[in-house]
Amino acid sequence: MTRYVMAIDLRRCVGCQTCTAACKNANATPPGVQWRRVLDLETGEFPDVRRSFVPVACMHCDEPPCEEVCPTKATTKRPDGLVAIDYDTCIGCANCVMACPYEARSIVHEAKFAYGDKPIKSEEVRFDPARISVSMKCTFCIDRIDLAAKTGQVPGRDPDVTPACVNSCISGAMAFGDIDDPDSKVSRLLAETQHFRMHEELGTGPGVYYIWDKK
Amino acid sequence: MKAAKIRSGDRVSPHQQHNWDWRAASNFIAGGTGGGLLAFAAFASLWGTDVRALLVVGMALIGVGLTCVWFEIGKPWRALNVYRHLATSWMTREAAVAPFVFGSGVLALATGQSLFVLLTGIFGACFVYAQARILAADKGIPAWRHPRCMPVVAATGFAEGASLLAAAAPFVIPQVAGQIAVVTGALVLLLVRVLLWRNYLRGLRSDGAPEGSLRALSAIDGPLLKYGNLLPAVLLLVGVLGAPLAGAALILAGLVAVAGGWWFKYTLVRRAAYTQGFAIPHLPVRGRGPAGPAVKPGWGGT
Repeated sequence: MTRYVMAIDLRRCVGCQTCTAACKNANATPPGVQWRRVLDLETGEFPDVRRSFVPVACMHCDEPPCEEVCPTKATTKRPDGLVAIDYDTCIGCANCVMACPYEARSIVHEAKFAYGDKPIKSEEVRFDPARISVSMKCTFCIDRIDLAAKTGQVPGRDPDVTPACVNSCISGAMAFGDIDDPDSKVSRLLAETQHFRMHEELGTGPGVYYIWDKK
Repeated sequence: MKAAKIRSGDRVSPHQQHNWDWRAASNFIAGGTGGGLLAFAAFASLWGTDVRALLVVGMALIGVGLTCVWFEIGKPWRALNVYRHLATSWMTREAAVAPFVFGSGVLALATGQSLFVLLTGIFGACFVYAQARILAADKGIPAWRHPRCMPVVAATGFAEGASLLAAAAPFVIPQVAGQIAVVTGALVLLLVRVLLWRNYLRGLRSDGAPEGSLRALSAIDGPLLKYGNLLPAVLLLVGVLGAPLAGAALILAGLVAVAGGWWFKYTLVRRAAYTQGFAIPHLPVRGRGPAGPAVKPGWGGT
């Protein structure tokens, strides 16, 4: 079996937001919608103050609550672990938005572009009218993952078939791959580090692992 | 110099959901009352009460709620897709019950058969239950997924239904004994609603919840008890004890009890609906220092 997951090394993330920009460019999300964003946490009391950065997006859960509540089956869990949305089936009821504990989903009811009513060139190419008034979220760059099946390339290793955010990360904090393959980069990384998954206590089985220390 | 303990960046803490507005809330508000009314109307029909008018009101309330939702969804012309996921989605199940409510209700009105009246009541009760489960399944809103939320949402629907029946009693139940029975039922359900509400609030506080949810729900606690439950209970007693203007007291009691339930549901679906927010159990190790403590901004409770 294949189960694609992401591993994010919080020790390495510098909060540069390049992954956010890369995602926006790759997916042409409208203004105000970020499928991938980086949380900025400043904690502690002077002089013991810390600043940490936590990239978040859809966690592509093992037991996605969005899939369970979706009344239309527009949201589905694929065998390879990706949680996908069929924009032509979704009715935009927002039940999945309420069900997601990771604030990963959004609904936009009118076409919006970065600079006014007209799309810039990259938005023109990537604008998808099917996404208006329905639920949308990070897809783990699903088109790239599907391309891998045709080309024989390996997601997480070959950039053409790896999510845009992972490709763009300047500090190498993000890794992607098949956790069921013991030789994949994510499997090796997770084997040698301590990590957690966000809100694991909710039983969602998120597919994003956050590395916080060595073993 | 003291710095704030946690300075969260953009949207780290829980925030109020803005996808479900008054239209979605109206479905829970009107649909819950309508389903509850159908259930108690069917119950009253067992003693020979003519409940046709109540069935019409109950179905109209459910219809209004569903119409509001239809105006809320992004792709209303695809609304029939809602029937595709009966296996796990309570929204599908709620939508699936609705045709049975209207079908049996229309047959009850057309034929006067008690079987159809009873079926309408049963389907009305199922509708209330399904609505409560919709909220419970939404894991992204801690105030809804709390295990004590579902019982209070269902209970308020039934309390509202029983209260509306009490309000209608002067018109549809001429016998004093029947009116006393209806008022007793409404009083019991108001008491159950109060107990479950207090239990829910206590549970949220002890288990922890987003501060915004606790603030919104705590703000209505006192007034809801006084005006949403105690006042209608007193009016019900006034009405049933045969005081002057007893009929008016019953009508007023029913309407006030329903208003209390609507206020609670609007608060729950709109004002208290804060998201989970983000939390990490370990701050990462940086340089030679140790890992930092867990961070969960924006959550409160005892």
